[in-house]
Amino acid sequence: MRRTSIFAILLLAGCSERPTQKPTMVIGAKKFTESYLLAEMGASLSRQAGVEAVRKDLGSTPTLWLALTQGDIDAYPEYTGTITRQILKDNPSDLGAALSVYGIRMSKPFGFRNNYALGMRKDSAAARGIAKISDLRNHPDLRCRFIDEFLDRPDGWPGLRDAYGLPQKDVKGMNHTLAYAGLVEKSVDVTEVYTTDGEIAQHDLLVLDDDRHFFPAYEAVWLYRADLETRAPGAVAQMRKLEGNISEREMQEMNSRVQVNKAKESAVAGEFLMAKSLRGSAAEEETLADRLAITTFEHLRLVIPSLLAALLVSIPLGIVASRRIRLGQAVLATTGVLQTIPSLALLLFLMPLTKWLLGSGIGAPTAIAALFLYSLLPIVRNTYTGLTGIAPPLRESAHALGLTRWAILWRVELPLAAPTILAGIKTAAVINVGTATLGGFIGAGGYGRPILRGIDKGDIPMMLEGAIPAALMAVIVEGVFGLAEKWIARRRG
Amino acid sequence: MFHLDGAAKRFAGRTALGPISVEIPAGKTTVLIGPSGCGKSTLLRLLIGLITPDDGRVFFDRVAVTDATAQSVRRKVGYVIQDGGLFPHLSARGNVALLARHLAWPRARIDARIAELAELTRFPLDALARSPNQLSGGQRQRVGLMRALMLDPVALLLDEPLGALDPLVRAELQDDLRDIFRKLQKTVVLVTHDLGEAAFFADRIVLLKDGLIVQDGTAADLWHRPADPFVTRFVQAQRGPQIPAEAA
Repeated sequence: MRRTSIFAILLLAGCSERPTQKPTMVIGAKKFTESYLLAEMGASLSRQAGVEAVRKDLGSTPTLWLALTQGDIDAYPEYTGTITRQILKDNPSDLGAALSVYGIRMSKPFGFRNNYALGMRKDSAAARGIAKISDLRNHPDLRCRFIDEFLDRPDGWPGLRDAYGLPQKDVKGMNHTLAYAGLVEKSVDVTEVYTTDGEIAQHDLLVLDDDRHFFPAYEAVWLYRADLETRAPGAVAQMRKLEGNISEREMQEMNSRVQVNKAKESAVAGEFLMAKSLRGSAAEEETLADRLAITTFEHLRLVIPSLLAALLVSIPLGIVASRRIRLGQAVLATTGVLQTIPSLALLLFLMPLTKWLLGSGIGAPTAIAALFLYSLLPIVRNTYTGLTGIAPPLRESAHALGLTRWAILWRVELPLAAPTILAGIKTAAVINVGTATLGGFIGAGGYGRPILRGIDKGDIPMMLEGAIPAALMAVIVEGVFGLAEKWIARRRG
Repeated sequence: MFHLDGAAKRFAGRTALGPISVEIPAGKTTVLIGPSGCGKSTLLRLLIGLITPDDGRVFFDRVAVTDATAQSVRRKVGYVIQDGGLFPHLSARGNVALLARHLAWPRARIDARIAELAELTRFPLDALARSPNQLSGGQRQRVGLMRALMLDPVALLLDEPLGALDPLVRAELQDDLRDIFRKLQKTVVLVTHDLGEAAFFADRIVLLKDGLIVQDGTAADLWHRPADPFVTRFVQAQRGPQIPAEAA
């Protein structure tokens, strides 16, 4: 009985997608509110065309572009300035033609620009007589805080500094939301803003005039795969209804409603479409229990297969390592190095690999591959330690009996090492449950989704919706393995 | 039964044993004795291929003991070490039955054989279900003996089997062991560093020093006809209790 139910759980966890008949499409979003809102609108409009459309939240520009060209997603909202400066690194006269080389189409602009700009408190700017960016040259002591991407991008700080000859030395990376908070409480003087940010109006900030026209125009557009026009022409037509339909003020207001008033982006997007008499269909409303059931299912779908695969690989590896000293050292060193790769870096390394192997670079398979690699070390190391730690007289007794090598391994050595191996599996499982939350970064779902979204929005209840179950699951896993260890110990008397 | 032909073993470049040529006859109890590090345990391990000689050869029943033949040799030879060498994850019964179960003996045959051995070694049947660390030292040794005898081997090797026991248990087990050896009429090779114990069991004693045989004979030979001064010293070093005379 027990065996059957475990089997059922594995089967459940193994089934990756629910069957669907309707054509499906995935609309990607970058990890900030405006992108979520636009992707929501795109999904809602596409559903009206009878397409099963879902939104998938991915990382930053390179991740989205990779996902789009690989076909992991079908469309996402992008800005023309980012396309020229960051994606193409070129300013072609015909942007659409340049993109079609990659099999990508671009819609007409939605009507608003989300330009980069520099922002300051109105009172501190007035006190120093600053109104435009070139005025900053006379104030080298200003504390500037930008997001890391802005610090790195050629169309960000490096280009801006060179174009204006800016002298500021105190320039550091900081999270966007925190930089706004710092600006308000005067621990930061200058930060980069996006002209549609809800916070500009909320805190009544001054947007410095770009008097040398350094920042390009960031017109919001759809990027979508050319093949979508044949696969789901209705959806493309629907999505393109956003063209010329959103003003800067409207976008600012929607951002503010989500960011400041904590409204749900799907609701804000839906109301906007309604107000514009654009027909969309909302996704079905989910209750907390529904959401928990889905995130738990998704989380287990990452944890169980990765742990099982790690078991199948790392126990034999540990056995081999215990037999051949030099190979053993190499195996332990390799798995040790894997463990030190930062998890986000590992996910990015794996994306092209899983794309090549499985046809999809984002989503659960990539996360499972990363979790698998992370689970190897504790199990390999403990299998190795457990086997090499067996007392020599016991090992000799087993050999003296005349058992075959396999029988010695199976009937004596592995059972003797079992408590140590089990402890390794426990460690791997607990780490695995925690690390799986990073799956949120690559659209693998699980508890990481609400956690990351909650952090972005500063929405603590949403964060806890992922964090508490993740912690609980780790505690339960720890407890179950603890019971198993006790049970084994009791059998030994 | 066993035959060593110029066998030698080195550990880390240092000679631990040999070269030694010796014949161990069937049906007799041969005791290997000598000070620590004399090579007596090494010799015992060579007999069933737990280690392979660097020079010379080892034969069992006229067949060379090699990696290829070691397994079949071991199944015909029982091996008992100090404190029994029992596997802590198995019960006493599980330890005794391990090899038979691996060879897929029917359950009834296993049970019958265990009952027979429990009677022979005077081991209480109800203690068979216990795990090794719930048994006394003497009981563990009896289980180790049962495990070695399970497949009814032609020879029995024992490496300091009584070394870890207190004197009373040790004396009792010595008596039982000798009775068992006599009853079974098997080839027995026993390693000890205690001359009294050696004399108690042995048909023949082989005294080793620095990896070589110093004297090979009966206990009486060692006592009365020592081959060299070392034998005399070794014999005299084994002293009985010296009780001071009591004042009248």
